[in-house]
Amino acid sequence: MLKALNRSKILWPLVALVILLLFNLFFTPNFFRIEIMEGHLFGNPIDILKNGAPIMLLAIGLTLVIATHGIDISVGSVVAISAGVVAMLIGGDLAGNPRFPIAFAMAVALLVCTAAGVWNGMLVSRIGMQPIVATLILFVAGRGIAMVTTNAMVIWLYAKPFAYLGQGYLIGLPFSIYIVAFLLLATFLATRKTALGMFIEAVGINPTATRFSGINSKNILLGVYAFSGFCAGVSGLIVCSTVMSADGNNAGNLFELDAILAVVLGGTSLNGGRFFLLGSMVGALIIQTLTTTIYAFNVPPEISQVVKALVVYGVSLLQSDRLQVAVAGVLGRREAAA
Amino acid sequence: MSESTPILEIKKINKYFPGVKALSNVDFRLFKGEVHTIMGQNGAGKSTLVKVLTGVHRHDSGEMLLEGKSIRPDSPLAAQRLGISTVYQEINLCPNLSVAENIFVGRQPMRFGRIDWKELNRRAEEALSRLHISIDVTQLLSSYSIAVQQMVAIVRVLDVSSKILVLDEPTSSLDETEVDQLFKVIRNLRDEGLAILFITHFLDQTYQISDRITILRNGELVGEFHTEALPKLELIAKMLGKELSEFSYDITGGESKKEGARAEQEAKNLLQVKGLGLRGSIAPFDLDLNEGEVLGLAGLLGSGRTEMARLIFGIDAANRGEIFVRGKKKDINAPRAAMLAGMGFCSEDRKNEGIFSELTVRENIILALQGARGTFRYIPKKKQLEIAEELIKSLDIKTPSANNEAGQLSGGNQQKLMLARWLATNPFILILDEPTRGIDVGAKVEVMELILNLSRQGIGVIFISSEFEELIRCSTKIAVLKDKEKIAELSGEAMSESGIMHAIAGGK
Repeated sequence: MLKALNRSKILWPLVALVILLLFNLFFTPNFFRIEIMEGHLFGNPIDILKNGAPIMLLAIGLTLVIATHGIDISVGSVVAISAGVVAMLIGGDLAGNPRFPIAFAMAVALLVCTAAGVWNGMLVSRIGMQPIVATLILFVAGRGIAMVTTNAMVIWLYAKPFAYLGQGYLIGLPFSIYIVAFLLLATFLATRKTALGMFIEAVGINPTATRFSGINSKNILLGVYAFSGFCAGVSGLIVCSTVMSADGNNAGNLFELDAILAVVLGGTSLNGGRFFLLGSMVGALIIQTLTTTIYAFNVPPEISQVVKALVVYGVSLLQSDRLQVAVAGVLGRREAAA
Repeated sequence: MSESTPILEIKKINKYFPGVKALSNVDFRLFKGEVHTIMGQNGAGKSTLVKVLTGVHRHDSGEMLLEGKSIRPDSPLAAQRLGISTVYQEINLCPNLSVAENIFVGRQPMRFGRIDWKELNRRAEEALSRLHISIDVTQLLSSYSIAVQQMVAIVRVLDVSSKILVLDEPTSSLDETEVDQLFKVIRNLRDEGLAILFITHFLDQTYQISDRITILRNGELVGEFHTEALPKLELIAKMLGKELSEFSYDITGGESKKEGARAEQEAKNLLQVKGLGLRGSIAPFDLDLNEGEVLGLAGLLGSGRTEMARLIFGIDAANRGEIFVRGKKKDINAPRAAMLAGMGFCSEDRKNEGIFSELTVRENIILALQGARGTFRYIPKKKQLEIAEELIKSLDIKTPSANNEAGQLSGGNQQKLMLARWLATNPFILILDEPTRGIDVGAKVEVMELILNLSRQGIGVIFISSEFEELIRCSTKIAVLKDKEKIAELSGEAMSESGIMHAIAGGK
């Protein structure tokens, strides 16, 4: 059982998450207290899930991109585009009357973000650009596009129904958690109950051999970047709905780094190959728990980044094969001595 | 040519790499005013010897004398300072700079702190005129042919102090007239007294340009010969390490048997290739493959065997010619098209083009079949395991289980794994590029038995191997390649090592 866990690479991220939570259990008063107010659950654990949702969504798309030995650093900018487009279409009417139907606005935003992903995918798969360069273009341009959609201003939204996405509750839990769960499940089924997952891993491990095996690797690359754009779009809708505003400059700022970190913490290697969707979710939760913990301790923001870096460093060390072998060696010797 | 003292003398040089002895007691001499070619098969030690000379590697023992003085260059720059100028296979020039800039990049003449363009262009013209080339040096390098670019590369490394010019495969991307142009330049330089070390895979070019040939095999010196005193056949025999007497019997009996074979060739045609070719890769060729036949592709290293296979399988897109599969014309422009037409291809480069080392054995086997079915007609895990286990058993692949990582298997088993991947797709044409390379003797025999078994089941096999004995043992007919061209097809009694060598030497 333990061996199987270790092979699936989810063991060490989980251990790290549990350690973090245990730390909070002992040192943060009332960290695990969950209250019921108006039929909704409130408390730190719920907050972690809710606030972690945007990064978790990005991490789902990025897991597949990274599995192909790629990277998509434009997701943060695409979050801003998504927020900008949906805000523009709903409009800042103070009475809360949307300019276009909310469902239509959301659909257009998702479509635009998917198109942005297709653009990335075309550059990588058809033109052969290096993924980091290809997505760097949208990383820069995306902010500009987002600014254009909001006219370089912060748009405030008052259309109540839209707030449900990021602030609403369903059967006691925040609605955004259901969105993450649904997308995660759908992605899991699409990759593991079809041949897609194997093809993605094959492209990441050996693109030439994949092509020689008669698989259209270009379309697989195109697909994962498009999907990453879509995920960033969903994430942007939630971000926008949570704060009921769209800010081209700050929405999704530096999200790409947290999302990449989540994927890597979750055990998917930047060298491509085997990917672990659940691991990425645990990785995102580690990051969010850390943030929440740091806030709970009133750590000054300038130090909080350092603390975050130290924990990430620790988790990465835990995952390193060499360290595991070394530790196993030391423990083995002790047992032998005893 | 002065025979008296060589400008370069290498004595009993040894070079070890972890696990291999790349050069063992190799002697080599180079004289002023000669073109000297080093020849040898893959792994003979040609490139190691050159790299020791040009300062890329350092020798472990032995001595290198340049004009009587012992040298031991520790970097390419040090070698250049000693007067050893090298032009590497890939031209390291900047196509977006002018010819003059390319020649003097990094050492431009300066005037008042700025580049003196007039002086730069004048000197570039002067340097080129040494090679009897007159072109507009202010034009971009990319506006000239590869041959001219190659010459610019030569001019760039040559200066007054150059004593030795090393040319590593300079002709590999040139066409015939361009080769002639380049050779003219090389002869001029030779006549000026430069010592030229030439490395090439092309037999005919060796005979055109060299005064002397040194042959290496398995890191050892076979011998040094005057070109005119070494017939082609003997050269080939020495490169392969065979005794010439083994091959010198008469081979004219082959023709009648060929006729007999043709009579029963009413068997179903699987693959017919007409005039397929790609400029710069392989000259147009014809091929025929019938049910149950094994077509061997013979030739020396770099003769175009792999290029032929890549063209048939659609990895490189042909720019002329047609392919018919079972009598139907097929447009094969990608491996996928070839696969759907019923072909399979095992690359010679297992590691980079074949095996997915981090995927399981099962996944490695199922990949091509699943690719043919598409993403959504998913083969359930249970069925995958069945297919994999059946092939593991029938090919006798040694793995603890179908769920182990493919990277843990030995070379021979990885080879069988690639074969299993294609057999799962039920192909009727299989192309195997060097399936016996780098695996132990026992595994070689197994792979050859597999090939014969497949052909008995009616599969047409195209089999590439550097070992002529293997080809003769397995093949029903053999196509012989030389210098990127199909030059002969042998069948029946003509299929002998001597027949192949005679064909390569041009003594048909």
